[in-house]
Amino acid sequence: MSTTLNASRRNFLKTGAVLTSGLLISFTVPGAKKLGGATPAVLGPQSGAAFAPNAYLNITADNEILVYLAHAEMGQGIWTTLSMMIAEELDVDVNKMVVQHGDAWTPYNHTMFGIQITGGSSTTWSEFDRYRKAGATARALLVQAAAQKFGVNPADCKTENGVVTAGDKSATYGELATAAAALPAPGDMPLKDPKSWKYIGKGVKRLDTPAKINGTAKFGMDMQFPGMLTAVVLHAPVFGAKVKTVDSAKAKAIAGVRQVVQIPSGVAVLADNYWAAKKGRAALKVDWDLGSGVKVDSVAMLAEYKQLAQKPGTQAGKAGDVDSAMSKAVKTVEAEYVFPYLAHSPMEPLNVTIQLKDGKCEIWTGTQMPGLDQGAAAKILGLKPEQIRVNTVFLGGGFGRRATPSSDFVGEAAEIVKASGKPLVKMVWSREDDVKGGYYRPMFLHKITAGLNAQGLPIAWKHTIVGQSIMEGTLFAGMIKDGIDGSSVEGVVDSPYMEAIPDRLVTLHSPKNEVPVLWWRSVGHTHTAMAMEAMIDELAHAAGKDPLAYRQELLKSSPRHLAALNLAAEKAGWGKPLPAGRFRGIAVHESFLSFVAHVAEISLNEDGTIKVHRVVSAIDCGLAVNPDGVKAQIESGINFGVAAALHGEITLENGRVKQGNFNDYVVARMFDTPADIEVHIVESTNKMGGVGEPGVPPVAPAIANAYFAATGKRLRQMPFNKANLLA
Amino acid sequence: MVKLKINQKEYSVDASPDMPLLWAIRDVVGLTGTKFGCGMAQCGACTVHLDGEAVRSCVTLVSRAVGKEIVTIEGLSADPDNYLQKAWIELDVPQCGYCQSGQIMSAAVLLRENPNPTDEDIDSAMSGNICRCGTYPRIRKAIHLAAKMQREGGNNK
Repeated sequence: MSTTLNASRRNFLKTGAVLTSGLLISFTVPGAKKLGGATPAVLGPQSGAAFAPNAYLNITADNEILVYLAHAEMGQGIWTTLSMMIAEELDVDVNKMVVQHGDAWTPYNHTMFGIQITGGSSTTWSEFDRYRKAGATARALLVQAAAQKFGVNPADCKTENGVVTAGDKSATYGELATAAAALPAPGDMPLKDPKSWKYIGKGVKRLDTPAKINGTAKFGMDMQFPGMLTAVVLHAPVFGAKVKTVDSAKAKAIAGVRQVVQIPSGVAVLADNYWAAKKGRAALKVDWDLGSGVKVDSVAMLAEYKQLAQKPGTQAGKAGDVDSAMSKAVKTVEAEYVFPYLAHSPMEPLNVTIQLKDGKCEIWTGTQMPGLDQGAAAKILGLKPEQIRVNTVFLGGGFGRRATPSSDFVGEAAEIVKASGKPLVKMVWSREDDVKGGYYRPMFLHKITAGLNAQGLPIAWKHTIVGQSIMEGTLFAGMIKDGIDGSSVEGVVDSPYMEAIPDRLVTLHSPKNEVPVLWWRSVGHTHTAMAMEAMIDELAHAAGKDPLAYRQELLKSSPRHLAALNLAAEKAGWGKPLPAGRFRGIAVHESFLSFVAHVAEISLNEDGTIKVHRVVSAIDCGLAVNPDGVKAQIESGINFGVAAALHGEITLENGRVKQGNFNDYVVARMFDTPADIEVHIVESTNKMGGVGEPGVPPVAPAIANAYFAATGKRLRQMPFNKANLLA
Repeated sequence: MVKLKINQKEYSVDASPDMPLLWAIRDVVGLTGTKFGCGMAQCGACTVHLDGEAVRSCVTLVSRAVGKEIVTIEGLSADPDNYLQKAWIELDVPQCGYCQSGQIMSAAVLLRENPNPTDEDIDSAMSGNICRCGTYPRIRKAIHLAAKMQREGGNNK
């Protein structure tokens, strides 16, 4: 059996000897805010002893220091960062810690969002106190235990590298763990003075690298058990279509195919291995009731969105009297920005392994919301949530796709188990299932009219946004306020440019259709940053001003924007001559509490397409806990942004998604990634922000603005691929 | 049953001849370091060495691998002189990590054929391997670093 659980934890769980096997530290944060007002009902408290591990930290009598993560590692580096926080306060070598994902369990609920979720670029800032306190409390208990054992005052004990010493006496944490566990938990422990930090702000190498380069790291896809069947699903060709009839005779005749079952989302083929299941799927004959989804057509949808944008929608932001102010403008600029559907396409296709045994259920999957998935599976399988253990394994990329409020992939696997009666099944999606499977970044359109005064500064701004709501119809629908899904307008209504304009109006149309949509790395900012930063560039040009100088003037009351902008500009050599054929563009945007500016340097290929040579970036994320990790995330965000800017596009015709794999849903490759990416971190004592997503939003406008510098032509339709450049 | 030699070990594999090598390695033999990403030689996550050449195992039939030396990431990792993995650690390359087995398998052939690759050489050798986390800048640097280690290691011998 190959699982990520190590032997000691297995034993620990089996015996359930929680309070005698070592020191366990668990906290809840009082007054934690709840998302949408209440914890979703599907999240039952999981108190069954057989499944209940401790929360964040376990020091075993064998001197093993185990860290349990409340969040999932999907590349963003929290495996390392959360461990650093505990190690810092506990005085242990972070490299000797044994790290693993926590179960689906309420102590792992997000300190602010109230459910267990990895998302919103929030892990580091939201856990900064909780994980440090876990370390500090454990250390205090160990010191107390040592003081009793040595017969000295706790004040005379020192801790270093997992050992408590007092004079000539010493004991390892493991030797003290059982005694420490019997002591009453102390109150709120003081945390270390930042001046004495060894790890925080300095950084350590990723703890998960060794396993990820030698094939031993286990992703969901790698779960294998004796007797396990692999299932692939023939999904509907059109969103919302239902199975009418199934002819599975030919599929069942294929060697290795064991069963064919109908489930709500299609027809599943269960086989001895993926290849047999896939061949079985290809041999299925299914007649579909296509339903209304067959009418979905992205070209027609864009025409409809353009039509909708002619009229104001639901008010999302308003000040003054925009029409009156516009009539006084010396100059007006109008622009329409268009954004296609985008698939997340993490490298690891979606997959879930489910085992039913002795009235209990275990799930292995890479998920960003294990608690919701647990509840969804329980409902389908007729179990209580606490009868289901969710083992989160390494996520082969997430980008939001592994955080579905509907638990689409875990739910689908549970449906297969339910329909087939097979107790051990791994459901595997193909790449085509992923690309064609929906849950896209919605298609969006922004229509903006801005009026400038004689000095070229915006005095009126009218902005209409059209696009599907991500929250609508989900567990998170309660976050829609007064008809406005905040995730459709974030980055516009709260833009510092916008807030400085006395007369403004932002409205939103949220049309509905059959295409499932979802948050996609940086959510609304994926389109709002482009709309705002491309428009500001257009206004700078209309005002006859340098794009950097114009932004500096408009952002003079936004110090964090300005700090990132100025640092990126300085490091990029803004204003200094470039080699022939090279052009620069700049953009700055706040998202997820961090402020990022990019300067992109491009040239044009012979066929007119864009080559991005260099991106110089600056971020103010407050304290950078693991600075090289921050840089890695911004590099990653830049390349994710380059992929969307130059290539990313999902289109539909007759309800069918036209793309299917990396040949036609194009992502960034080595040759079109900027050869030179430089990330600078603003020295900052400001409030901490996220780093996983904020690198993405300013990429497209920086490139589009560089293209204008190169050609005098504005890019207003994403992606900036050959077809759109030549249009 | 077909006989496959993977990482210098013989396996009798119950696989139909039309099964891609990837699934024989993963689902039948049980070596999961080689990854499934696209199934059509687009992403390189499934890269293994077949008689020393980097191939996409998702489109390489088992029948083609019979009688050949197959090396996967697990086999490559057993080589103590593997500078690539040292460089990967030194530069903190992986993020989600899913594509990295394939990246390293492709880079290993590049460095064997071209011990001193330029950026352009790296672009052309590595553009068949997709990394959705966008670790490309670090992969590029790590290949240069491994090349340097390889040259210096060689000189010291």
